[in-house]
Order: sequence, then C-alpha cells, then structure tokens
Amino acid sequence: MKLLVCVKQVPDTTEIRIDPETNTLIRAGVPSIVNPFDTYALEVAARIKDECGGSITVISMGPQQAKNALTECLGVGADKAYLVSDRVFGGSDTLATSYILSGAIRAVEAKEGPFDVIFCGKQAIDGDTAQVGPEIAEHLDLPQVTYAVEVTAKEGSIVAKRENDDGYALIEMQTPCLVTVTKPAFDPRVPTIKSKLAAKKAEIAIITSEDMELDISRCGLKGSPTKVKKTFTPQVKKGGLRIVAEDGAAAGVKLAGLLVDAKVI
Amino acid sequence: MASIKITDQCTGCKLCLKSCPFGAIVVEDKKARILDTCTLCGACVSSCKFEAIDFTKEESQAADLSAYHGVWVFAEQKDGKVANVAFELLGEGTRLAAKLDTKVSAVLLGEGMESASKELITHGADTVYVVDDPKLRQYNDESYADIFVQVVKAYKPEIILIGATTYGRSLAPRVASVLNTGLTADCTGLEIDTQKRELLQTRPAFGGNLMATIICPNHRPQMASVRPKVMKALEPDETRQGEIIVPDVNIPTDTVTKVLEVVNSLTEKVNLAEADIIVAAGRGIGKPENLRYVEELADVLGAAVGASRAVVDAGWIEYSHQVGQTGKTVGPKIYIACGISGAVQHLAGMSSSDIIIAINKNPDAPIFKLANIGLVGDLVEILPALTKEFKQRIG
Repeated sequence: MKLLVCVKQVPDTTEIRIDPETNTLIRAGVPSIVNPFDTYALEVAARIKDECGGSITVISMGPQQAKNALTECLGVGADKAYLVSDRVFGGSDTLATSYILSGAIRAVEAKEGPFDVIFCGKQAIDGDTAQVGPEIAEHLDLPQVTYAVEVTAKEGSIVAKRENDDGYALIEMQTPCLVTVTKPAFDPRVPTIKSKLAAKKAEIAIITSEDMELDISRCGLKGSPTKVKKTFTPQVKKGGLRIVAEDGAAAGVKLAGLLVDAKVI
Repeated sequence: MASIKITDQCTGCKLCLKSCPFGAIVVEDKKARILDTCTLCGACVSSCKFEAIDFTKEESQAADLSAYHGVWVFAEQKDGKVANVAFELLGEGTRLAAKLDTKVSAVLLGEGMESASKELITHGADTVYVVDDPKLRQYNDESYADIFVQVVKAYKPEIILIGATTYGRSLAPRVASVLNTGLTADCTGLEIDTQKRELLQTRPAFGGNLMATIICPNHRPQMASVRPKVMKALEPDETRQGEIIVPDVNIPTDTVTKVLEVVNSLTEKVNLAEADIIVAAGRGIGKPENLRYVEELADVLGAAVGASRAVVDAGWIEYSHQVGQTGKTVGPKIYIACGISGAVQHLAGMSSSDIIIAINKNPDAPIFKLANIGLVGDLVEILPALTKEFKQRIG
C-alpha cells in the first residue's frame, strides 16, 4: 500500500510556561517537536506497512526548520519526505493550509502515483483545531474517518476503529481515503542508531508554490477567511479556599458538608 | 500580498515581543527583526508605541454578504435523542440572533426525527430544517456533510454553530471546506460586532495558555464549533411555536463508507464531555486498587470518572477517561481532582470547569493554584469519608 502521513512541527507546549509578572507566554528555549498525534498517525501507518508492505511518504508544511521534523519521521518508518515551504504560504489559516497541502499532495501523486491512504494526526497541539485533516479530505474529494485508534488494511479497503463520545464505531471504507488518528493503545516506535543515521542522510525535497497548481489568492494570510483579531492570556484563577482539619476523614466530612450546604451538590 | 517591515523608528524597546502569538520577533542590535515563523497575523502592530511596524494587510474584495441571514445550529442527535450541546447552542444562538435582529434555526438530519424536531422548537429554534431518511440513521461524515452543504446553499445562513463533539469536529471542517469559508474550532466565547455583523469567536490555543479572538470578515457563513457545557440552554417552553421545513435535497446513495458496528462501551456516567460532575484520578492515588475510592465517590454523585495521562499510561484505566491536552476537554460544574498534581497539559483539558476541588498530598502541587477548594491530605482517608458523608446527606 502507498501511504502518506501529514505531519506538523509544533512547539512543545508542555514546555511553555507563563511569566507570572507579565502573564504572557515564555517561549524562549521552547523546543520544537513532531506533533504527538502525527507520531501516532505515522505509527499506525508503519504497522500497516509492516503487515501489508508498501511505502510511507511524509509531508509537512512549514518553514525550513520543519525539515527536522521530517528527518525524525524518516527514522521511524517513513521512506520519503517532502517539505512544503514558501513565503506566500505564511499566515495561512486551516482552510488555506488544507488547500495548499492538497495541492502539494496532488503534485507528489503526479510524480509517485496515487496514495491509498492519507493519514493525519487528529489535531496539532499548538492550534488544537482538528480541521486540516477533514478539510484536505474534502479538497481531494476523499472519504474520511476521524478519531481513529486502530486501522487495518487490505487491498482496496480499510477498517478503522473510531472513537466517539460514548464508545466506538467500526468503519469500513474503500481506498483511497483519509484517516485522522488519535492516541492509540500502543506507543510510537523509537529509532535505532542505524535508522537515525540513514534518516540524517536522506534528501528532503522542497515543494514551493511553483511546483503545484495553486490559486495564490487562496493561500497565505490573504487567502485565509479567518483573521486573528486579538490575542490575550487568560486570567489565571487565584487559589481559593483551603480546608484544614485534624485528619483526612474529618476534612472529607467538612468538604461534603460545605458542598451540600451551599447546594452545589 | 500582505507584508510586514520594521522601520527606522524602531528603538528596540521589545514591547512587540510579548504581543506576538508565534514568538516570531527578536530584537538584535536594538532593532526588532521579524523571523520566518511570522504568520502575518498583525497582532504586533498595535503594541508598538513608535509606529515602527509597517504592516499592510491586503483586504480581499468584499463578497456580497448581504444575501446571508440567520443563525443556524447543527442539531447533533443519536438514536433520535438530541445531544445537549445542540440545546446549549440554540440558547446561545437565540442570544446572538437577537443582537443581529434575525432568527435562529436548527438543522436536523437522521431517521424518525419528529419528536426531536419538536424538542428543538421548545428549546428556542424558530425554524427546524429536517432531513428524515433511513439512510441517515447513523452519523456518516460523507452524507451528512453533503446534505448539510445542500441545505446551507439553499437557505444561506450568516452564522453556523456546531457542537465540538467528535462528530461535530469531523463534520464542520468538511462543510467549511466545500463552502470555502472560515471555521473557528472549539470556541469558548461568542460575541457579535453588530455594526459589521461579524461573529467574534474566542478560543483557547497553545493548550489554553493563550486566548485568541477570531473573525471571518469577508466570507459567509461564519462557522464556529463550540465546546459542550460552555453555553447555556434555554428552559424548554412547550408553548413555543416554530416552523418545520423539509428541504429538497439529494440524499447520496453511493457512499464508500460503511458503519459496521457502533459500540457504546462507556456507560452513560462516563460521558465526560456531557458530565455535570467529574471525579478524576491522578498518579497520587498510588496504586490501581485505590481507583475504587474514586469510582465510589463518582457513583454516589452520579459523576463521570476522569483520569490524568499518568494513570492512563500506567494502564490503570482506559484512554477514553483521559482528560487533558492529549485526552478530552471537559467543562463540568464540579471537577474533583484526586491526586492530580496539575501539569499544564492536564489543566488545558479542565480549567474551564466551574468549581475545581483539589485533593492532594503535596501542598505545593500546582493544581492548588487553580482550585476553588483545596484539601491537603491522604486520599485513602479523605475519599471514603467524603463518599460516606455524601451518601448520608444526599442519599
């Protein structure tokens, strides 16, 4: 099977701290990582490759430094990598991003042949929108399954276990299709020294606006229907009431009394 | 193209650094420099006291927006039961529609939707657009998006609100993509700029560390997905009158997706997104056997059980219980954090809860900074006492 995984390089939000004085984000020294949900997507793809054979291509849109994210993917199962990068793509919202990525995917397919399954992470941890995957599917006119935790494939179709709000659904779908992946029950594989070295040496091809058929007016800030009007840091709540009692049991009784008396419970 | 430039007026005062949501400005040799990571959002412009940021925003020519009217709500349902978030959105939609002097409508797709349509009217819908067909019995991205788009194209709403559930977050982007319009995910606040008829959509980003207000000035409809439990539903009013419209749509027959099986593995109580009370376990519970204290408390309160990532990764409880950045985002009335220290990623998933109660051994745990009520002590002592007391007092 020919598989494609879309990945994004994101700041490691777990490393972001708030400056208590100014109440703003401290970004200095925040490392960049491959979006965790994209690593899950790559692992799901890699398991299909282990099972059925085939190849995995990874694609990412971002500045030149996003190459590092692609190199990482090449160390854990990806065979080929493309970086979609162009100044005119700057400021793209989810709709413009998905439009550009779908153009880039078509350009890669023109060279390498069509993909059977396109994988994306459920969402990126910096934006948390979960929109780019389904928007790519629509641009490419592909059926989709979102929130997948498990995917098995055979020739011409896949079966995905999709998480929903109160359980899961098993969904069968003909290929080609697009799958977004949430956290599965297994961890992504780690690179070996050998695979890491090979990944470092691998070439990463760059795709710019010139390499694909795009309506530039639908790219970048100008092509984005949504605009950021303002940003602000949320008010941090100050600590509230402390319950103090002679022992744990008494504290528990006190808390229950407080909540019942105040009619919150 | 839009462009950004630092002019010679720059004094290197660094005021702009903090205004950039993307950390794309540095100051070198007493002059600011814009990095490649700049997204041209323009957020920095107003922070400069010296007018040293030369930013040109290319406005797209205004499309004809006047043809679009009304606020729409996607009425998610399962087996004929309307999801609570749809009622919440009707409540919010009613408020927004009043500001725009327009009406609020619901779009309902499914099979056997008669009583669901009426329920939507009692909860505030002036109009319900119903597509009732056996092929729509189960939610399906492909056909639901296809039909939804047909109805939007026929009736042209100016605003569409969709619940940010797992289905809503799957449907909304597909619809926005076909309509070539903007969509803002997981909004927690909505307002109206009445003059421009713009929807001001506020949402958290960077794991809740930053809030952003997003607009969609030149495209219609303006679409937003909204988190469950954030907006308030109206009290149902049986006397309310509303119109039911059956739009003329083509129902796709050749979908390549097939739902093989739907399993409700979680009990009603564990639907975290819709729970009023959540009792959540963190690593501080010590061992998997102690999870029962958390479950017993949840039982007596009719609450859902949540968990931190540490507990899920340790294999003590399933991932579906995980609250936080890589788990679920919740906003219950009461969140009882048991042995959860309060890592940023966890807080991102629950900080919008109305009342946060933290129980932890460590008095310096970050969760206490956020908690409305804090108890320092041993869970194994506190939880059983709490459960027993609740049993006695609320039975």
